[in-house]
Amino acid sequence: MKKVITGRAFLYGDNIDTDQIYPGRYLELVKPEEVAAHCLEGADPSFAKKMNAGDVVVAGRNFGCGSSREHAVITLVHAGVGVLIAESFARIFYRNAINLGLPLIVCPGITDRVKEGNILEVDLHGGLVKNLTTSEEIQGEKLSDYVLKILQNGGIKPLFKKLTADI
Amino acid sequence: MHAIEKILAKAAGKEKVHTGEIVNAKVDFAEVNDLYLQTIYSFYEMGGKEVWDKDKLCFVFDHYAPAPTIRSAQNHKEMRQFARQQGLTNHFDINAGVCHQVMPEAGHVWPGMILVATDSHTTTHGAFGAFGTGVGATDMATIMISGELWFRVPEIIKIEINGSLKPGVMAKDVILHILGQLGADVAVYKAIEFCGSYVEELDVAERMVICNMAVEMGAKTAYMVPNHKVLQYVRSRTNHAFTVPETDEDFQYAASYLFEVDELLPQVALPHSVENVVPINGVEQVRVDQAFIGACTGGRVEDIEAAVNILRGKKIDPNTRLVIIPASSEVFLTADKRGYIKELVEAGATFSTPGCGPCLGAHQGVLAPGEVCVTASNRNFPGRMGSTEAEVYLVSPATVAASALKGMLSDPRGEQEGLY
Repeated sequence: MKKVITGRAFLYGDNIDTDQIYPGRYLELVKPEEVAAHCLEGADPSFAKKMNAGDVVVAGRNFGCGSSREHAVITLVHAGVGVLIAESFARIFYRNAINLGLPLIVCPGITDRVKEGNILEVDLHGGLVKNLTTSEEIQGEKLSDYVLKILQNGGIKPLFKKLTADI
Repeated sequence: MHAIEKILAKAAGKEKVHTGEIVNAKVDFAEVNDLYLQTIYSFYEMGGKEVWDKDKLCFVFDHYAPAPTIRSAQNHKEMRQFARQQGLTNHFDINAGVCHQVMPEAGHVWPGMILVATDSHTTTHGAFGAFGTGVGATDMATIMISGELWFRVPEIIKIEINGSLKPGVMAKDVILHILGQLGADVAVYKAIEFCGSYVEELDVAERMVICNMAVEMGAKTAYMVPNHKVLQYVRSRTNHAFTVPETDEDFQYAASYLFEVDELLPQVALPHSVENVVPINGVEQVRVDQAFIGACTGGRVEDIEAAVNILRGKKIDPNTRLVIIPASSEVFLTADKRGYIKELVEAGATFSTPGCGPCLGAHQGVLAPGEVCVTASNRNFPGRMGSTEAEVYLVSPATVAASALKGMLSDPRGEQEGLY
């Protein structure tokens, strides 16, 4: 896991649900590039084309609400999103992201202090977001030790591989 | 401690747990639906060889049942092979129904248990006093290997509902109203206990509707103290021993809300958010292309019965389609035995086989751009039931039926037999 991530911000509103992040009609797709092509299509059909690897998705309250589909995280991972920052995340989405090694930070007030296209530098350990465009710093919530351990191992899969290898 | 905390503590082998603590808890039953072939891939990827307990894991084919595409047929095929190879005791193929209906019917849900499924609406099982919660594929794969999952002990909020409903108003209207008042994120990472005189008297089906939609408020799990109707239902379905955990009198809730439902009107969640709720008399005229009764929220016998009471001996509007999908084969058979299927088909309804149907936009009645759907299901997000340019209104099954009859979004009060 990279400790510091720098990327361009893409801004979205409240209650962006997993049907908008990854529409249900594509759920049977499995190839990474196919899944990535529909990333955030329900909220912004041009997102997958205009974003670059390492870019930052900034959203309002309750990002990832709705269906438990892990595709919502898989599509963001395969599209190359560097980190997610939101006012709050829905619970199942939050777990799925941690499990698949996609960093995310809860940062109340973030949507008022970042504009589309701003360059952000995110320190995952400290939960600190620096807006390099405006030179403003925004303190987000630190990840719990338990969650940080999973992320540092690259998600829950590498952790479990160690466990099953020991049996 | 709260009953929910006692369930977690027992499953984690601890005397006590406290809010915010992370515990590893043993899962009593795990269920995987057919969107989640990935669980099998992740299971092997993480070094899994045999599932932790072949009696406690099952697959339910509901989202794509029967398979509408070659790709989903392939997903079913691989999941069937895994179930056979692993010797899973229980398997629910395309002839079963929606997982949240099938699980309790088959006796896999009881008070005090932990039930985890790859579906956000697993909160439904709070209706039975169980701890039900949804997870994604990777979490499920870790359960398939270890039989355990990590949980953060949640804050618990209390929603007290008192009173009794007027004719034509249903449990769906109650939960839509609460959602509209409290918002789609009031319970993110929290648990909700529903209580009050309204809840104490509720039938099993209505309890399931309310707990089902708790996840639309972000809840990790929902809980209702099991009443005699629930205990009778559970005992008729399983021989599994259980004790009902009780909340300590001195337990402090993180927040409490009070609702009186005596005067509640039928409710509507307008496109495109579940919290965008208004009473039906506050909605402008809306022409309806499709009306849907079904899914884990609105496909039970009671829901189909509500439609029969409105449509008996009548014809739906010729410009409106009415799709009805029973939540399970058992529901289908019961509705048939009571003559409901015949009456509704004669009224112009289209029936499909048990499963999730168009609720998640996969098949069996998806929407074209510009179309309007009124539905007894649970989500009206953009693109949820087909085109992102379609509009979905969430209502009760009675309101769906009244709307199919008139071809416009319509108040069911006054349409039901014997009411006026």
